Amino acid sequence: MTAVTLPPGADPALGVRPFPLVRHSLSLAYRTILRIRRTPEQLFDVTFQPIIFIVLFVYLFGGAIAGSTQAYLQYVLPALMVQTVLFSSMTIGVNLNSDIGKGVFDRFRSLPIPRSAPLVGAVLGDVVRYLVSIVVIIGFGYAIGFRVQTDPARTALAALVLVVFSLCLCWVSVLIGMLVRDPGAVQGISFMLMFPLTFGSNMFVPVETMPGWLQAWVHVNPVTHLTETVRSLMIGGPVVWPLAQTLLWSAAILAVFAPLAVRAYRRRA
Amino acid sequence: MSTATYAFEAEGLVKRFGDTLALDGVSLAAPRGSVLGVLGPNGAGKTTAVRILATLLRADAGRASVLGMDVVRDAAEVRRAIGLTGQYASVDEDLTGTENLVLIGRLLDLSRADARATARALLERFDLTEAADRVAKTYSGGMRRRLDLAASLVGRPAIIYLDEPTTGLDPAKRDDVWQIVRGLVDDGVTVLLTTQYLEEADALADEISVIDHGRVIAHGTPAELKHRVGGQSLVVRPRDPAHLAEVARILARVARREPDSPRRGVLSVPVASDAALGDVVGRLGAAGIAVTELSLSLPSLDSVFFQLTGRRTAGDGEDDEDADAGQAPTVITTPRSEEAVA
Repeated sequence: MTAVTLPPGADPALGVRPFPLVRHSLSLAYRTILRIRRTPEQLFDVTFQPIIFIVLFVYLFGGAIAGSTQAYLQYVLPALMVQTVLFSSMTIGVNLNSDIGKGVFDRFRSLPIPRSAPLVGAVLGDVVRYLVSIVVIIGFGYAIGFRVQTDPARTALAALVLVVFSLCLCWVSVLIGMLVRDPGAVQGISFMLMFPLTFGSNMFVPVETMPGWLQAWVHVNPVTHLTETVRSLMIGGPVVWPLAQTLLWSAAILAVFAPLAVRAYRRRA
Repeated sequence: MSTATYAFEAEGLVKRFGDTLALDGVSLAAPRGSVLGVLGPNGAGKTTAVRILATLLRADAGRASVLGMDVVRDAAEVRRAIGLTGQYASVDEDLTGTENLVLIGRLLDLSRADARATARALLERFDLTEAADRVAKTYSGGMRRRLDLAASLVGRPAIIYLDEPTTGLDPAKRDDVWQIVRGLVDDGVTVLLTTQYLEEADALADEISVIDHGRVIAHGTPAELKHRVGGQSLVVRPRDPAHLAEVARILARVARREPDSPRRGVLSVPVASDAALGDVVGRLGAAGIAVTELSLSLPSLDSVFFQLTGRRTAGDGEDDEDADAGQAPTVITTPRSEEAVA
């Protein structure tokens, strides 16, 4: 057995540096990227799955809903982008729950890092997944004939709004992940929540075709405003009002669920 | 600070999970550079006590300090001083050995280069260099345990908590871990070791706290505990089993109590002093009885535990069929539920 000889200056007591939350959260976000590199299958839900959805919706339902598959592609692609990213924002609760179950979090929490760093790191790491899915969806969309009708700057803004909203919504998943014992149950509950949010919106069909009670829900649903914002930024339409509503909703969701999730995390982990 | 002679010290820890009282006034302490063994069955409260000392859990009552620093008030400083390995503190299975250790180095504020150098040195020390770039998921049980240990050493902690470090390992792998623990002690590290294995506490610990139902029911060096419980006993195995009755008579005369038979063909009787050995040797010689085994032995920790708790440990050699029970670690089993964890 050889003695561990550390390089000079490696004594952690000497290594105290500023902005610990930012630095340590980024180190832990990098862990998410490493994990993806080691197990690329983790990206299935943000790569192949949206492609399957695009093919399904455009070629199966497109003709019936919009009269032509091409017209429906323009309409539905921004919506599928929203749907994919929102669903992928739900995986964080599952991952955190399994990290805690396996004891990975106990290790992190026994280190001299800010208590919320593992949580913030995981949230930031998921941005990578969001961006991957946005790139895959727009790329595949272009390959089968989708065209942005505005400009690249607005498309980038659409992606940004979507990521911001997802970063706020993912705290709901974090909360569920902290409250429920088993990762499978976290997934089940998260998905149950996502279905009314995504399908009960203006994502796939015009709102005017729905019965009144459903329209009432669709108009309150924050995802409706988000979808309208993203769609308008990509294929044209009014932006300001839906964007304002989306940002208000984002702030409200964050203000309610982030503190609840952090509190549940402190209690659980 | 007066407490600084102790590496860590806990006083009157109480922790309740719902209706379960996991800790009911536990006090533990270890001088710097020593190994404290915390011995107890599943559900005794060992892990809960470790989690409190590791700042992962707050006690409902009582206090705990590490190097004189309070685990609640000075939690950040305490975390710099400790390393944690065990049941509930694990590495990330989806990362390689190197990536796991580098990540921890980075979280300990090492530079990228220092984190890499430390990871390399630790992987070499724990004989994991060849597996360094493999995902931890693919490691064997023993390798995983060594990587866990390495992970807790990245920050060069003064104190290491090892929560059941050998549970589930086969005897050879267990010996590896024991060697590592002895190496740590040689480096001056203080170790808190929880275990269900009496043999392990006996082999590694300077002092042992026996814990059961959330209470410390005994504390002392392994030898002290053995003395306290039953003193020493004389063990005799006559070459010819036909002589057992005669040997039993001799032992009864010397010890003034009836011997019992711990194993087939062997007689054992508690004795008050070493002088009894010479006495028995003389009497056996006079009677012309040849023996294959004659020894004065301290009672096993198994019997210590039985004396203290009134409960038997599984596979402790009572059964004649269990001739090789000594090979495997003796597990204390109780019918009670799993340890409550937060």
